[in-house]
Amino acid sequence: MAEQGTLILDKAGVRRALTRIAHEIIERNKGVENVALVGIRSGGDDLAKLLARQIAAIENIEVPLGTIDITMYRDDLDSRGSKPIGKTEIPFSLDDMKIVLVDDVLFTGRTIRAAMDALMDLGRPRAIQLSVLIDRGHRELPIRPDFVGRNLPTAINEKIDVVFDGERNPLEVRLIKS
Amino acid sequence: MAFNHKHILGTEYLSREDIQLILDTAESFREINTRSIKKVPTLRGKTIINAFFENSTRTRLSFEIAGKRLSADTVNISGSASSVTKGETLEDTARNIEVMHPDIIVIRHGHSGAPHYLAERLNCSVINAGDGAHEHPSQALLDILTMRQHKGKIDGLKVAIVGDIAHSRVVRSNLYALNKMGADVHLAGPGTMMPSGIERLGATVHYDIRAAVKDADVVMMLRIQLERQGMTLLPTLREYARFFGLNDDVLKLAKADAIVMHPGPMNRGVEISSAVADGPQNVILGQVENGVAVRMALLYLVSGGEQAVE
Amino acid sequence: MKILIKGGRVIDPSRNFDQVADLLIEDGKIAAIETTIDTKAADQVIDATGQLVTPGLIDIHVHLRDPGLEYKEDIVTGTLAAVAGGFTSVACMPNTKPVNDNKAVTQYIINKAKNDGYCNVFPIGAITKGMAGETLSEMGELKEAGCLAVSDDGRPVSDGEVMRRALEYSRPFGITVVSHTEDLSLVGEGVMNDGFVATELGLKGIPWVAEDTMTARDVMLAEFTGGRLHVAHISTKGGVDIVRQAKARGVNVTCEATPHHFTLTDEAVRGYNTDAKMNPPLRSAADVAAICAGLADGTIDAIATDHAPHHIDEKNVEFRIAMNGIVGLETALPLTLELVAAGTIDLPRAVALLSCGPAHALNIPRGTLEIAAPADVTVIDPSLKWTVVREELKSKSRNTPFTGRKMKGAATCTIVGGKIVFSR
Repeated sequence: MAEQGTLILDKAGVRRALTRIAHEIIERNKGVENVALVGIRSGGDDLAKLLARQIAAIENIEVPLGTIDITMYRDDLDSRGSKPIGKTEIPFSLDDMKIVLVDDVLFTGRTIRAAMDALMDLGRPRAIQLSVLIDRGHRELPIRPDFVGRNLPTAINEKIDVVFDGERNPLEVRLIKS
Repeated sequence: MAFNHKHILGTEYLSREDIQLILDTAESFREINTRSIKKVPTLRGKTIINAFFENSTRTRLSFEIAGKRLSADTVNISGSASSVTKGETLEDTARNIEVMHPDIIVIRHGHSGAPHYLAERLNCSVINAGDGAHEHPSQALLDILTMRQHKGKIDGLKVAIVGDIAHSRVVRSNLYALNKMGADVHLAGPGTMMPSGIERLGATVHYDIRAAVKDADVVMMLRIQLERQGMTLLPTLREYARFFGLNDDVLKLAKADAIVMHPGPMNRGVEISSAVADGPQNVILGQVENGVAVRMALLYLVSGGEQAVE
Repeated sequence: MKILIKGGRVIDPSRNFDQVADLLIEDGKIAAIETTIDTKAADQVIDATGQLVTPGLIDIHVHLRDPGLEYKEDIVTGTLAAVAGGFTSVACMPNTKPVNDNKAVTQYIINKAKNDGYCNVFPIGAITKGMAGETLSEMGELKEAGCLAVSDDGRPVSDGEVMRRALEYSRPFGITVVSHTEDLSLVGEGVMNDGFVATELGLKGIPWVAEDTMTARDVMLAEFTGGRLHVAHISTKGGVDIVRQAKARGVNVTCEATPHHFTLTDEAVRGYNTDAKMNPPLRSAADVAAICAGLADGTIDAIATDHAPHHIDEKNVEFRIAMNGIVGLETALPLTLELVAAGTIDLPRAVALLSCGPAHALNIPRGTLEIAAPADVTVIDPSLKWTVVREELKSKSRNTPFTGRKMKGAATCTIVGGKIVFSR
């Protein structure tokens, strides 16, 4: 599978993009006080973990880290069926926090809409920011990322595959034509 | 993992994988019940009718809360308020419900097979909330979820179920499900309450509570219908309590970390002593709590049940 | 009018007759059975080559539902279903509205059957007034009016004293007492056979012992009184054993079994199939085997259908409240031939169980191809293949568990009193 398609980012490329995003998050928020990362299952949660590590390396502060499963908030139950529901784990209060939502690929924006609704049901964050590794375009909702690893114009029928290794560390990003 | 059941008529029709998925889904929903905003939009716009043609407080409440927490519109009809007392047939009742376009009907009915009857005739999903002495799948699933939480697994557990086996739908649903999950089920009850061939559903039959409870990981006591006293099935409740009730002495025969379960409502001093019911090994309220999560899982899974899931 | 049935295998178990022959009917009577009869002797010739020619079949247990329950069946549709199934005589049970416990109802049935029916109808009167199980009906007058037997079928005569007196009282009149043997206290709220299937479906069971204790009681009462007892729709291994032993002791008892009880088991109830709900209920495989053995060894005298039509609204309900019974007139013959195909019984025995056997049990003056006997004749194509389709049944009700079953064998011509009443 990983052999297919065009290589967009290799392992080093992913790491560089995440490092840059970590810096941007710190810069935008003037440090990381009251900043927390919430990764969207699945894919975003693994990237959020790496981002938290990068931030800790720069600022020497461990930011709170959570994961969110948006299955219960999807709007396509009738067309796509009941998908298994994953765990949502946010071991801190969201109230008055600046939450950085982390996802791997930004596409239609519907996942982010669902994730924001889910966050709102869990508390009252001061702000929600969005960080994605790849923005492939084709937005269907007025959603714009705050931090982007790579802007990549794609055709609607193409697919972005973020490949992880066994330890759930990102290996590479590929563009697959169908 | 695909869940492609439109209806939940019984655990007889669920595979081990289905049961596992239901339990895992229920675990995910459990978290919602502890939030301050106990509601997710998953089933927004869906209509669920809880049609209870037989008295039930907790099962109906549990299904109603489950539906509401998933943002579905839940409507209740009960035996006395419904048309059954006016001589309407179940088919006519069903047709009248159907044209109001519900997505799910949850049915409790005194006649075994009534949910099957509806499932054959309605377009919507049917969830069996207890039919006669046949099945009560959501109860068995919440029982098994509770066991899994306390024991970490079901495979290899010795589960003792004691009481009126013949008239219990909880027993049948548990037998199907527990056997699929690899448990070793032992039944005990009076000779008048042990139906023919029950061992063929996968159980060892005892007429002595001690034999069933010995070395058990789980002891499940069934509710004895008080009106059976003095009929031909039972001489007295006093005698029943003496020979088939769970008290501290009997419970000592089980494993030290055994859990005590009861589908409720309990008759304290009859099938279970207050000391045991309130004792450290009881997980009875945990069962009730799990009931909401399991029913949320069932409502969610049948809602998308016809589409294949990747 | 002379009808010649040519070239068929004539089987008349009443005379141990079984050979290919021609049969001539004249003036409503059997006129001749010979190796070859000249076709010129007849007005109408039926080619029966490769077919069976038997005494008109007799079903001694049907519910025609007339008077009073004509929405289920009436004498016209019921007898049409009968002749389509090859039956030329039926005996109908008295649980009508009103109950046939008096001369007036008996005469109504006989007259309506004579005027509008397709076959002979022999009414069975009630044992007790209103079938209430308390006081004896006027059996003498019922006999006079045309009843050959009495029965409270659908209900047992629970009171032993009443049953004793019924057997004593009926005996001098030459009336057979047909007993529905069931101990209601043991039946309780049961709705199907007590066994594993009932346990699995969560339905209350009717144990075999509920039937056997009553069969034993009635057989003993027959032995004690010398009365003439016929046990209806025997469904259990124990019941067959009780009758077998009684016959060996010389008790004046006969019995019948239904096609569904020798064909199906309680497995047919799965899916809460109300068309598999009847009383007595479908039993276990061991019971089916015992009934087959009883049919073969002569313990069971007759195959009777217990044809019990019910309206769709009485069956299209939850299992527990569905009515008991199925229609059987149009499926009995091929189901009996299945026993022949399986080697359980031979063809003459099968014909006997549907003709002289039941005739003997109820003293019906039919069931033979003797010269000068009334010309009730059934021509059967034993290899005709067909499938049971509900909508094609002649009966007014279609409650049968055999829908879709592939059948082999059917009546191609049914002759009652020298008149062709049905042919296909």
